[in-house]
Amino acid sequence: MNRTGSGIRLSRRDFLAGAGLGTGMLLMGWGCAQRSAAQPWQVLTDPEARLLEAMTEQIIPADQDPGARDAGCIHFIDRQLAGFYRTHVETYRQGLIGVDQTSQVLYGKDFLACAWDEQTEVMKRLESGQAQGAIWQEISSRQFFNLVRDHTMQAFYGSPRHGGNRHYVSYRMLGLDYPQIVGQNRYRDI
Amino acid sequence: MANKHVNAIVVGAGAGGGVVAKELSEAGLTVVLFERGRWQDYEDHDHDELISQRITALGNAFGPDNERYRRVAQRGDKWVTVPPNEWAYNNNAACMGGGTLSYGAMAWRFMPQDFRMKSTYGELAGSTLADWPLTYEDLEPYYEKAEWEIGVSGDDSQNPFAPPRRKPQPMPPFPFNTEGRVLKAAALRLGYHPFPLPMLRNSVSYGGRPKCRRCRHCVGFACAVNAKCGTQNTVIPQALATGNCEVRTQSVVAEILFDDRGRATGVAYFDAQDQGQIQTADLVVVAGSATESARLLLNSKHRLFPQGAGNNHDWVGRNLQGHAYTGAYGLFPEVMYDDIGAGATVGLCDFNHGNEGLKGGGMLANEFIRLPYLFTDRRPPGSARWGLAHKDFQRRQFKHLTSVKGPVQEMPVFDARVEIDPVVKDHWGIPVARLSGSRHEHDVEIGHFLADKAEQLLKEAGATQTWKAPPGMGLSGGQHQAGTCRMGDDPATSVTNRYGQLHEIDNLFVADGSLHVTNGGFNPVLTIMALGYWVSDYIKKEWQSSRLRS
Repeated sequence: MNRTGSGIRLSRRDFLAGAGLGTGMLLMGWGCAQRSAAQPWQVLTDPEARLLEAMTEQIIPADQDPGARDAGCIHFIDRQLAGFYRTHVETYRQGLIGVDQTSQVLYGKDFLACAWDEQTEVMKRLESGQAQGAIWQEISSRQFFNLVRDHTMQAFYGSPRHGGNRHYVSYRMLGLDYPQIVGQNRYRDI
Repeated sequence: MANKHVNAIVVGAGAGGGVVAKELSEAGLTVVLFERGRWQDYEDHDHDELISQRITALGNAFGPDNERYRRVAQRGDKWVTVPPNEWAYNNNAACMGGGTLSYGAMAWRFMPQDFRMKSTYGELAGSTLADWPLTYEDLEPYYEKAEWEIGVSGDDSQNPFAPPRRKPQPMPPFPFNTEGRVLKAAALRLGYHPFPLPMLRNSVSYGGRPKCRRCRHCVGFACAVNAKCGTQNTVIPQALATGNCEVRTQSVVAEILFDDRGRATGVAYFDAQDQGQIQTADLVVVAGSATESARLLLNSKHRLFPQGAGNNHDWVGRNLQGHAYTGAYGLFPEVMYDDIGAGATVGLCDFNHGNEGLKGGGMLANEFIRLPYLFTDRRPPGSARWGLAHKDFQRRQFKHLTSVKGPVQEMPVFDARVEIDPVVKDHWGIPVARLSGSRHEHDVEIGHFLADKAEQLLKEAGATQTWKAPPGMGLSGGQHQAGTCRMGDDPATSVTNRYGQLHEIDNLFVADGSLHVTNGGFNPVLTIMALGYWVSDYIKKEWQSSRLRS
């Protein structure tokens, strides 16, 4: 594959990944993209995805630079759960139930209904391994937290080839070129 | 249709096997070079961190794949099956060039003491520490050959601890980057002896390939402009150019075959279509890295050696070594990371030997590359692991951190080993390698000593906050794996003689890091290449005297 060909291929993949985020209007006429807009997730259900996306945003919040939501970290995780991380699917399913259980115990409401600081507190409980909730009798809340943490970091700081780091947001934040070949430093943006 | 008989089979197209294939085919022997991986290059993966050899979160770009390969590792008192992208697998690489396609490419000669560790330091309880059956002087001409044929940049005249040499390195050294300049000045103030690192990388155009563009994506990646020198772009193409060598990629050698008398007659392998095949030859050279070479010998049984080829004294797979990496990190007020290759540019050999109370030591150097995801765990103890504080550290400190690290020369341990797992098999039904044991506690002691020195250097260089990263116990292996087919003069305490020839089987050889008695306080690749030339020279002489022809 030549360099130009490779670039086109990757851009298109990023393009498709973006379809689930409300840019669908731009994609009219692309059959596969329309399918993608109707059901953006390969593994996660829509409620699971929204909960998980809120967790990723806690892990890498937006400030003057984009955060996990802007970077599309949830798309990375969903895509990997359909592929390389398929062995983690059940852990995600159980863990996400556990997150709501913990927020119910703490605040009497689901994670998504919690205020930002309340969500942060739930995350800290998960990380400590002290989270309350029936699921955490079966699996370790700390291990689940670490899994989500690592996958979110991979999504945000890894190559955009895998569905996260949309528009190279982390590389821009760090001041890095990609790919790094002298004379060819450029972001392949849509 | 049966494969045509050849003179020599080489198993593994890495640092050792690539050299042997070239040497034997140039000498007129017909050669089949087996490689379980395939030809690869930069275009396949660009600078994708998550599949690079540094991270492998989503698999190994340079193989092996997670679908077909497994090993078994010891976790506490349990055996667990691990895929190649997990650290416990201790992967090197599976592609043409082996580890030399994606390595950092430091080009060290071991020091004379590294070949005489027992004579220099005496016995150590719990270790099989021994001298090599050859000396630095024996290997010196072969180091030179590796440097000139494969290509090394450097200037040993700036390193007072460098061993004697007849010829300089063929290419000038790389200039220092910012880290190199700052650390060099600090090292001089402390009375140390900093010098530019030797690299298997083109500082000028060499071998028909261009000079390095200094992008810093060396270790963990294939070179974008083919300026890094591995066996896949030097000796293997030369082997093919002779017309005597055929490369058989995506071919997995299952076992070595023998005649009634226990002499090797060839190998059984699975081709790219998973079909079982036989290739016969007059001699077989095993160069699959310390884990896979040991596995292949142990899986190759015969009435005369029922526990595996060369294993009648139970030394095959023993003494698995790598390097316990140690060092320190420092945060600086000014920008230190300038993103300019060759990344690691400055080194010190002040602490390889002569450290009071310690048996050896290791070199120290600045870091090759900084990768965004890898950096998410580069934090002083107690730092935030997520949230705004973590992101802010990432943003503010990414280019302000510098590390000084190095490999501890490990004390060989008999029970750190490769065995054959009795249950688990790979995609082809071949019993897999099982890894167990741990490094010697003295390695950790040396690691703490070197981490102190690294931290002192960073402080002297102006770091405002520092922290150490000494090694723990655990098993070494990985890309520097070595030691499992030890060479020696005594058949009762080694697997091969000083020429890599099995004591018990005269037409079966090993030519990779498995031969290392000890692994130096250095990246081992140039030594593996030099041994490739050394073993080949012996085979060629034996071949001329007809002793190896069947």
